[in-house]
Amino acid sequence: MSVYGKYIVKKFFWYFLTLVIAVGLNFLLPRMIEGNPVSMIVSEMTQGMTDSDTIKRVYETFLIEFGIDKPLGEQFLIYVKNLLSGNLGTSFGLYPKPVTEILASAVPWTIGLQLPAILVGWLLGNILGAVAAYRKGVFDKVIFPVALFVNSIPFFTLAIIMLYVFALSLNWFPLHGGYDYQLVPSLSWEFFASVIRHHTLPFLSIVLVTIGGQAIGMREMSIYELNSDYVLYSKLLGIRDSRIARYVFRNAMLPQITGLALSIGTMVGGSLICEIVFSYPGIGTWMFTAIRQLDYPLISGCTLLIAIAVLLANFTIDIIYGWIDPRIKAAQMEDQ
Amino acid sequence: MNSSFRILIKSPKFMFGACTLLAMIGLVLIYPLFNRSDPLEMIALAYQPPDAKLLLGSDNFGRDLFLELIYGIRTSLQVGLIAGVFATAIGLVIGLTSGYIGGMIDNLLTAVTNIFIVIPSFVILILISVSIDSRSSFVTAVIIGVTSWPWTARAVRAQTSSLRNRDHVNIAKISGYSTPRIIVSEILPYIASYVVMAFVLQTASGILSEASISMLGLGPYNTISLGIIMNWALVFEAPVAGAWWAFIPAAISIAMITFSLYMMNTGMDEIFNPKIRS
Repeated sequence: MSVYGKYIVKKFFWYFLTLVIAVGLNFLLPRMIEGNPVSMIVSEMTQGMTDSDTIKRVYETFLIEFGIDKPLGEQFLIYVKNLLSGNLGTSFGLYPKPVTEILASAVPWTIGLQLPAILVGWLLGNILGAVAAYRKGVFDKVIFPVALFVNSIPFFTLAIIMLYVFALSLNWFPLHGGYDYQLVPSLSWEFFASVIRHHTLPFLSIVLVTIGGQAIGMREMSIYELNSDYVLYSKLLGIRDSRIARYVFRNAMLPQITGLALSIGTMVGGSLICEIVFSYPGIGTWMFTAIRQLDYPLISGCTLLIAIAVLLANFTIDIIYGWIDPRIKAAQMEDQ
Repeated sequence: MNSSFRILIKSPKFMFGACTLLAMIGLVLIYPLFNRSDPLEMIALAYQPPDAKLLLGSDNFGRDLFLELIYGIRTSLQVGLIAGVFATAIGLVIGLTSGYIGGMIDNLLTAVTNIFIVIPSFVILILISVSIDSRSSFVTAVIIGVTSWPWTARAVRAQTSSLRNRDHVNIAKISGYSTPRIIVSEILPYIASYVVMAFVLQTASGILSEASISMLGLGPYNTISLGIIMNWALVFEAPVAGAWWAFIPAAISIAMITFSLYMMNTGMDEIFNPKIRS
């Protein structure tokens, strides 16, 4: 097997183990609620319900789903079996809607918002950071503190301020939602334009904060590389500046790719809260609703989905990294 | 230690951060001595704009937002510091153990660290917060601390394992020093600057985590924090009501605190790490 193949298998093993632990935590932590969680939850959610038949039915549904009367090990097996068959339980808040159905409706919105926003922010941030390190002077003196300040603003804070300024005061963008409510989702230009208009503000708020963090990291890496011996050597050899800049950029880029893998969890978390501010119909907004209604199955469905998505993103980045990192390629050549 | 402190004072970035932070801490400690009213007391109508009496207006319950903000900053700082202490301490212990002892223990601890770096701490934070019924601000801080140690652990481990085979450590070993003594006197001084910097960053991210988790409605009970003020503003639709004073000051306070902490960190980084000075 090639070195790259071995690398992938090894990575896969580790990510699989991590996944098992993430699923385990997702199973175990909500079950640590003291007492009988089912009766606790049902009594809390049925407050004000008078129809005792409904209450009984709700109770039985969750008793079966949680399997609370069985030992913990067996409960876990039931949980995993349900997971594998794509069953995440029934929502309390939107009873009797299954959690998977709610999540399925939310996922396209979240991916459509976050994937482009994080990628664009990451790319722009890296370019800006590299330029700041290379140009130095006034450019660096302005960009660096600004980037640092933007990076210290939590995602949702910037979102709330942008919402207030651009949507409320200036009326440039709509206030909330993913599209105009009077429109029926369809493949028409009108619907598409409405989606884009609603997409702009949340998108920009995520991009801006991401740029800040990435620019700082890239600037640091680039300054480190610019001070290294190979740059001095290349300069002494008389190699053109633009060429040296390319060497530096490529070398500084590698750690930034790992950096993306490591910070993607935080970014996704921050962007999810961004959604709440704009009432964007994604996972974040659903989670907010679920937490307010103590809708445990929906909460744990959301957290599980987020964990899996972040793991997948990390795994993908690791695979790409192994492909472009010259050290892994070099090891491959040696093998042959 | 004394000399590095003297260099730190000369760094404008560090001093800017430290002064901003100290000014905020001073305000938060002193103001309640003059204004002894309860921040949760309702004294005005809902969303009254700022005027001479109510510096930052009132919130949806008609409470004095300036007073709430002062108490909010205090809670947020406390939560951040406690979370920072826990995260740094756990990270330090795990990093030192795995980096210094090496072998199987190192493999095991590194694997655990890597696993918890990949699982988003945000998710674990939500799951624990949902499962715990009564959350004081201390409990919230501890939960944030125990979910955010892996970064520190990884950095400390890398530093420690590179120090482990240095001559002065070997000499200490030959001289019959006990392991804890070697770690304290031969390893810790070399990584002290990293640990302080990690603590500053962990505190900043603790404050951000508290704000995020409170925004979701999973914050501490019976207290006011900056995240909780933002949560109230959002739940009671302050932006739609045009009440910018209900969320902009809190938002800027969070940004100011974290910015000053980041500035302190950058200032320290430039001093302890001469290579990245531009």
